[in-house]
Amino acid sequence: MVVSTWTLQQEGLGFKSSLSCLSCSLHVLSVSLWVPSEYSGFHPKKWIGWSKCGSGLLLTSQFTKTRVVAMSGQSSGGGFLMSVVVHGDSALNEQEKELNQRLRRLYPAVNENETPLPRSWSPKDKFSYIGLSQNNLRVHYKGHGKTPKDAASVRATHPIPAACGVYYFEVKIISKGRDGYMGIGLSAQGVNMNRLPGWDKHSYGYHGDDGHSFCSSGTGQPYGPTFTTGDVIGCCVNLINNTCFYTKNGHSLGIAFTDLPPNLYPTVGLQTPGEVVDANFGQHPFVFDIEDYMREWRTKIQAQIDRFPIGEREGEWQSMIQKMVASYLVHHSYCATAEAFAKSTDQAVHEELASIKNRQKIQKLVLSGRMGEAIETTQQLYPNLLERNPDLLFMLKVRQFIEMVNGTDSEVRCLGGRSPKSQDSYPGSPRPFSSPSHKASSSQPYLTGTVQHYSHHSQCENFTYLWGEKRQEANKRGNFFLSSPDLSTNIHQLTDTISTPMFESFLVSSLSNDVDMEVDHFTNGVTESSSNGFLNGTSKHTTEPDDCDVESAQSKRQLCGGSQAAIERMIHFGRELQSMSEHLRRECGKNSANKKMLKDAFSLLAYSDPWNSPVGYQLDAIQREPVCSTLNSAILETHNLPKQPPLAQAVGQAAQCLAMMARTGSGSCAFASVDDYLH
Amino acid sequence: MQKGGSVIEDIMEVTATSRHYVDRLFDPDPQKVLQGVIDMKNAVIGNNKQKANLIVLGAVPRLLYLLQQSSSSMELRTECAVVLGSLAMGTENNIKSLVDCHIIPALLQGLLSSDLIFIEACLRCLRTVFISPVTPVQLLYTDPTVIPHLMSLLSNSLRTQEYITQIFSHCCKTPEHQTILFNHGAIQNIAPLLISPSYKVRMQALKCFSVLAYENTQVSMTLVNVLVDGELLTQVFVKMMQRDQPIEMQLTAAKCLTYMCRASAIRTDDSCIVLKTLPCLVRMCSKEHLLEERVEGAETLAYLMEPDVELQRIASTTDHLVAMLADYFKYPSSVSAITDIKRLDHDLKHAHELRQAAFKLYASLGSNDEDIRKKITETENMMDRIVSGLSESSIKVRLAAVRCLHSLSRSVQQLRTSFHDHAVWKPLMKLLQNAPDEVLVMASSTLCNLLLEFSPSKEPILESGVIELLCSLTQSDSPALRVNGIWALMNMAFQADQKVKVEIVRCLGTEQLFRLLSDPDTNVLMKTLGLLRNLLSTRPHIDQIMSSHGKQIMQAVTLILEAEHSIEVKEQTLCILANIADGNTAKDLIMTNDDMLQKIKYYMGHSNVKLQLAATFCVSNLIWNEEDGSQERQDKLREMGFVDILHKLTQSSDPNLSDRAKTALQQYLA
Repeated sequence: MVVSTWTLQQEGLGFKSSLSCLSCSLHVLSVSLWVPSEYSGFHPKKWIGWSKCGSGLLLTSQFTKTRVVAMSGQSSGGGFLMSVVVHGDSALNEQEKELNQRLRRLYPAVNENETPLPRSWSPKDKFSYIGLSQNNLRVHYKGHGKTPKDAASVRATHPIPAACGVYYFEVKIISKGRDGYMGIGLSAQGVNMNRLPGWDKHSYGYHGDDGHSFCSSGTGQPYGPTFTTGDVIGCCVNLINNTCFYTKNGHSLGIAFTDLPPNLYPTVGLQTPGEVVDANFGQHPFVFDIEDYMREWRTKIQAQIDRFPIGEREGEWQSMIQKMVASYLVHHSYCATAEAFAKSTDQAVHEELASIKNRQKIQKLVLSGRMGEAIETTQQLYPNLLERNPDLLFMLKVRQFIEMVNGTDSEVRCLGGRSPKSQDSYPGSPRPFSSPSHKASSSQPYLTGTVQHYSHHSQCENFTYLWGEKRQEANKRGNFFLSSPDLSTNIHQLTDTISTPMFESFLVSSLSNDVDMEVDHFTNGVTESSSNGFLNGTSKHTTEPDDCDVESAQSKRQLCGGSQAAIERMIHFGRELQSMSEHLRRECGKNSANKKMLKDAFSLLAYSDPWNSPVGYQLDAIQREPVCSTLNSAILETHNLPKQPPLAQAVGQAAQCLAMMARTGSGSCAFASVDDYLH
Repeated sequence: MQKGGSVIEDIMEVTATSRHYVDRLFDPDPQKVLQGVIDMKNAVIGNNKQKANLIVLGAVPRLLYLLQQSSSSMELRTECAVVLGSLAMGTENNIKSLVDCHIIPALLQGLLSSDLIFIEACLRCLRTVFISPVTPVQLLYTDPTVIPHLMSLLSNSLRTQEYITQIFSHCCKTPEHQTILFNHGAIQNIAPLLISPSYKVRMQALKCFSVLAYENTQVSMTLVNVLVDGELLTQVFVKMMQRDQPIEMQLTAAKCLTYMCRASAIRTDDSCIVLKTLPCLVRMCSKEHLLEERVEGAETLAYLMEPDVELQRIASTTDHLVAMLADYFKYPSSVSAITDIKRLDHDLKHAHELRQAAFKLYASLGSNDEDIRKKITETENMMDRIVSGLSESSIKVRLAAVRCLHSLSRSVQQLRTSFHDHAVWKPLMKLLQNAPDEVLVMASSTLCNLLLEFSPSKEPILESGVIELLCSLTQSDSPALRVNGIWALMNMAFQADQKVKVEIVRCLGTEQLFRLLSDPDTNVLMKTLGLLRNLLSTRPHIDQIMSSHGKQIMQAVTLILEAEHSIEVKEQTLCILANIADGNTAKDLIMTNDDMLQKIKYYMGHSNVKLQLAATFCVSNLIWNEEDGSQERQDKLREMGFVDILHKLTQSSDPNLSDRAKTALQQYLA
């Protein structure tokens, strides 16, 4: 997808690559239409008409909440995995590493924050006759073992997540003990542990002494061979068709149970003294080739998706897919390609070409960081748009502030002596679905249509502390961003006159040390009218030598491009933003998103090198994308066009369905990743 | 009447247009001929009637002529090959006509061209002709330059690779074909194609290897050392058996490994057999696959594990195979009969194949392990299915059923229980009445087991006039049938009533008995001797038989002892002699035969302990006390120097022999 959209920018190649886009959307659709068939409520017919009716949107907004949860899980999943490592021993760490690697490889669709995988037997969820050792992987019997009443079981720490698709663990019989009354299987939470697996409701087991399978019953059915010391018994749960089969020494013994309930735990039970078994939840390679079995099911599921029956509606599908592609091209303002595509597929474009070009122009400005011009152009072309959307305007202004800090906004660039037209610090095009560097947020913009919110509260809370450190470092290096000696006093004076001190507090806190400041310029900038100040600044600081490209020379990056006038302009702009925020709050009530946005943006000033600060991500060009798409959506909405391209909606929908399937126990979600269909 | 008229008109019309197409092939203007061929090509695609018409109207020789003319343009020659290829796609009759017009040599000649497009068109047509069952595969081998040329064309394009490998895999039917292809470097030339980017090429190359390796040690031994892109061929095959590969590919790769294993190129305990090939073949038997695949899977699996009990044990517990096979008998299913005629037809067509494959696999599974046999006979309606299988119309099913029965008949327990309960001997006897040799071999072999003395079926079989049948088998041209016939008689005679024994001798006739004793097949000889030995047991029987046939029997014994025979044969013969020596009156036949006594003496001093033991047994019986005339016999043998030999034998290192010698000497002391 990334590649195809990139080539679309090269308009000459546009049409050809849009065909690959078409085939991609075919896949996308097949996913999104197939998945809901598992739920009768979401029959494709009901929401296919996304272009006009809003049912697709409705679903999307319903899913938004859960979506965010899933995302945060993904982003911090690695941290969770690491926290499991509790042993100091390096060999054990090695084993733990291998385990994590294997589990990730086997069950890539499992979100371990929501549904952790079993890694060992639970020391809490066992009968007292069971002893555990060797990191809770070895189980031995320590009861009397006289009658079946002395049977004892232990469950794994967690139930098997449905998103595994196919789950597998093995148990090696270390010793069959006195009679070899061992049972290997599955049980639900709360099933009596003073029993062997299989004897009770929601409990399933395969017993070594007679080779019988026990399906929630005290009497077994002939199933497989007996097993004893030295044998490795595997248990495989297929969460797609809810069956289970066992293996003995790497050989499948065939289906043992069908219609299994969800959320079963791996379970073993022992009954006579001397019985010892070891579990392998992925710590070691399995004897049975489970990955081969999983390959088969992956192929089956994918074939099911590929061969989703469309019956008589083939023509309908084609025109719908063409519409999707066309709307996608229009949405992202690929004019020439959209035109060519519409022509060759005999479609009408619902927007005038001029309008598309206008949007393209604005988008280019946003994506190259020239926010001031972008806002201006928007106001010219769509006069009432930003007035009616104060929150959007505010967001754009905040972005403008960030771009000022970055030194890319047109206003500060002029001050820095660079021609705003000659540079484009953002080389790419909008990256709508997923970019490798930006995985966690992949499809969110299309679900919510708002800016992404990264959880870095901790960073903000620790702000003062961090700031102190940074400050000292900066002093030592002597390259503090403001060189005026008296600025701090001036700012202190200023704060008295300004009622809400958010912006000032950042400045104050950052300037509380003895640093050189150029008070005059600063006060000038504040007191003079904005247009004048702008001009003044330019005249005064044209001699500033460094004018390096932000992207290419990181080490030389300087605040606002290094221009003093630009810094002043920025500070002035910050104040305006501050007051705009207050105004907004008075008019429209509190808005925590806006407040946070502002706070994050202002936080940049607290660091001598904002690019390498904890809030430095805001300066990344990629952060322009959500702003760009939000603005684009707003413009489209005023034209009564969908604010998201239906293609993106379909992708988001499919991703949501998969997440929902995982939660509701449909194992096939394990083998249908949306990413697989975005070539 | 009117209707009939219009049909004729239709035919006339079609023929007229076909005529026109053929006429255009004779146009003096080559450009018009070319256009004519192209039009013909478009007209025949997918139209069997049109194809038949053109063939009848003589288009083929003209097309072949144009194809072979060096004056024809390359384009024209290519189009001719394409049209011929299209005609070959029709019915089997079309193929026959094409072959009769000598299309094969013409096309093979065409392969010598330097034009790749033309070569590909010729190969495509050849492929279509050769994969038809009506084409004699020998036509590929008549010109010895063809195979090397095909090998050299393999590198030209993906198409030539696909067509040539397909031709090879269909035309390699005998060990000779295998050797020809092998000698022309088939392995080295085709191995790289296994990793071709084209699935069709990979698949056809794989099929080639399966036909090349089948029952061919030379090929199989070479294959295990072949590397493809740095990887052993066996590993390439294992990868092709991965469960996400197409079933056809998994199955064919499993066949390759099976054949290599059966040719002893891969050990049966190699993990690629135990953990990959065997499970793959078991999977192929499952219900989710096509009927053809299930048949092939079961047959290949049966072949793989036939000689190895460990594989049989593993397979018997894998994926409920024994129970899974029971499903093979449920076609056509009652559901298919009602709902879907097409499905019913399909099911019916495969029903026989399925049943025989299941029987074969059961036979292989149960050939060694008693527990597995028990598991098989306990499968739902198993014995009933075998019984009805024995009388099915399809020979293949009957043969497989009797093989299965034979395998199960090796179980003492089953002979005593299920075999008797289901009276399997009845259909078996019926089967023996008139059946082809291969069925007879299996059936009579099974009968041998049913006639073992502990088998409860023995009595009813005897009463059904089996002796005559068995005696007639001993006159068969087939050594296997003679063995089985005489073997069954031997089993029957074991501890049998006097009446039965007499009946056997009467029915068989001494002449036939002696013919069998000079049978070129050692097995037949051994079982005949065994029969004699069983006949000559218990004293009254010995005397009676010897009194009527003593002279001939002694003659036969002499002949065998004098001729070149294996130790086992001589031992068996000496045992017969020992039995004769146990008779009351029969003894004299030996005692009065000095020549025979010398022979016994000779064998007592033989280097082989078994023969010494048997000869000593014989002497011991002759000098046994408490019998009439024992004193005289002892004296005679002492005079002949037997006592000295016995003394020597008491010093033997073999405890059995020295014991036997001591017992014999004690007779003198008493």
